[in-house]
Amino acid sequence: MARAGRVWRWGLVAVAAGLAVAVAVHFWMMRVPADLDLSRDKTSQEHLYRVALAPEAEPLRQGPMQSLVVSVSTADGRPVEDATIGIDGGMPQHGHGLPTSPAVTAYLGGGRYRMEGIKFNMAGWWELKLSISAPPGDDRVTFNLRL
Amino acid sequence: MRPAFTLVWLFAALAAVLLAGCGPDEFSQAERQAIAGLSLDKLPKLPPSPTNAHADDPAAAALGATLFFDRGLSANGEVACATCHVIDRQFQDGLALARGIGTTNRRTMPLAGVAWSPWFFWDGRKDSLWSQALAPMENPVEHGSTRTFYARYVAGRYGERYARIFGPLPDLTGAPAAAGPLGSAGERAAWQAMPQPQRDGVDRLFANLGKAIEAFERSLVHAPTRFDRFAAALEGGKTPAPGAALTEEEKLGLKLFIGKANCVTCHNGPRFTDDHFHNTGVPPVAGLPQDLGRLTAVRQVADDPFNCLGRFSDAADEAACGELRFMVKDGEVLVRAYKTPSLRGVAGRAPYMHSGQFEDLDAVLDHYSRAPAPPSGASELHPLTLSERERKALIAFLGTLSQDD
Repeated sequence: MARAGRVWRWGLVAVAAGLAVAVAVHFWMMRVPADLDLSRDKTSQEHLYRVALAPEAEPLRQGPMQSLVVSVSTADGRPVEDATIGIDGGMPQHGHGLPTSPAVTAYLGGGRYRMEGIKFNMAGWWELKLSISAPPGDDRVTFNLRL
Repeated sequence: MRPAFTLVWLFAALAAVLLAGCGPDEFSQAERQAIAGLSLDKLPKLPPSPTNAHADDPAAAALGATLFFDRGLSANGEVACATCHVIDRQFQDGLALARGIGTTNRRTMPLAGVAWSPWFFWDGRKDSLWSQALAPMENPVEHGSTRTFYARYVAGRYGERYARIFGPLPDLTGAPAAAGPLGSAGERAAWQAMPQPQRDGVDRLFANLGKAIEAFERSLVHAPTRFDRFAAALEGGKTPAPGAALTEEEKLGLKLFIGKANCVTCHNGPRFTDDHFHNTGVPPVAGLPQDLGRLTAVRQVADDPFNCLGRFSDAADEAACGELRFMVKDGEVLVRAYKTPSLRGVAGRAPYMHSGQFEDLDAVLDHYSRAPAPPSGASELHPLTLSERERKALIAFLGTLSQDD
C-alpha cells in the first residue's frame, strides 16, 4: 500500500509540475515585452545602415494588403542606391511567419524603396526583419510593429 | 503537512490563477475592444472586384441569380450551384462531403459574406469569386460538363440577356457539343481541334458565366445576430435590451473566445476569419486521396488561366493582384493548411472542417483541446485545458452568432 501511495504522490507531483510548466510557457508566449522598441527608424545590427520604414498609408492595419517605403542610408547619412532588400518576419508569440511574401517592387530614388505585399492577418506584436545587401556590406535590422 | 495535501493546495492556487479575470460580469477595456472588433457593424463596405467589370451590374447579378439555380448547367440536368449551396441552409448542404453528380472530397462552404474573401475554396486555389464559380462546372463529380456545352447552353437559353451585359456572343458555329481542356481524352481532343479564335470565344463566355454568378453572390451578406446587438450595447455603454442580452454562460464563452482559448487569434474581425490558411492538425478522411491543402492550391492558382493576372481578368494592371503576386508559394507552413472559416451561423452548420471530419462543436473543441499531431506538416495548435463548464460556455457563445438562435 505504501508503495502505491508513493506512486500516486509522485504522479501528482509530475502532473503538477507539467501543469506549472504549461502555465509558465503560456504566459511567456502571451507576453509582449514592456519595453518593445517600436521605432521605425533604426541602425542596422552591424551599424552599416540607417533604415527607416514608412507605411504608404497610415496606420498599418490588420487585414488589407499594404505597402511600405523603406529608406536606406549609410551610417553617415548618404542614400544607398543599389540595395537588395529581403524581408522576413512573423509573430514571435505565435511562432509563425508572415502570411504573405512581400517584395521590393520599385526604387523610388534617394535611397527609398517601395515594398509591396505586406499583410497582417492577426492583431498583436509583429516583427519585420529586413536584410540589406549593398556595396557597404550585408546587414540586418528588425522592426517591431504592434497592431 | 503531507505532500499530497500541499499538492492539492498547489492545484487550487493554479486553478485560481487560471480562472482569474474569467468572472463573467465585467469586461476589461481590452476585452471590450476585442468584442467591438468582432461586431458586424465594423464590417468594411463591400470591397470592389477589380477583375470583374460587371461585378456591380444589376443585370449581371440578375442573370447570375438565374444561373445559380439553373440545373440545366450540368451533365445530367440535375445539378445547380444551389444543389450544394442550399438557399435556406446558409447556402451549404449539411453534408460532410458535397454531392453533385458524384461525391467531392470537401465540405460545401456557406456563402454569406463570401465577397469579402480574398481566396476561395478551403485551400484558396481560386483568387476571385467568378473564377471560383467556374471550377465546379468542369469538375466531373460536381456539374460535370464541358466548356463548349456551357457556352452553347448559355447562348441558346440566355443569349439575349448575356449579350446585353457582356456584348456579342461568340461564334459557336460547328463547336462540338462536348469539348474542353479539362474533360475526358475525347473532349480534350475535340477542344484542341477547334480553331483558336473559337476556343477564345468560348473561354470568354465561360469566364463571363462566372462573372454573372459573382455579381449575384456579392449580394449574399451576413445578418446581425444577438451577439452583434450585445456588442453594440456594450460599446454604447447601455444595458442590453432583451433581444440583445447574453446569458452568464454565453458571456463566459465570449471571454474564453477572446481570451484563454485563443479562438480570436484566427477567427478575428467581423466575419470571424483572418482569411488565411492554417494547419490545425485536422485528421484525414479514410478513403479520400492525399490532401495537402494550400501547398497544392498555390501551384494551381498560379497556373490558372482565370486568375487575377490572366487574360480574362478585367484588372487594369497587376496592382490589383497583390494577393496572388505576394502569396507564400512554398514551405511547410502550406502543408495541410486550410482557410479559417467564418463562425457566423456556425452552430447551424455541422459537420465541421474541410471534409466534415467533426460531427458537432463538442468534437471540434475536443480536437482543439487535445491538439493532436497533424497527419503531415506542422500543426499551429497548442493543447488547451478547458473544463466541462468552459466547453459548454464556448459552445453557448457560438450559438449567439446565429440568427434566431
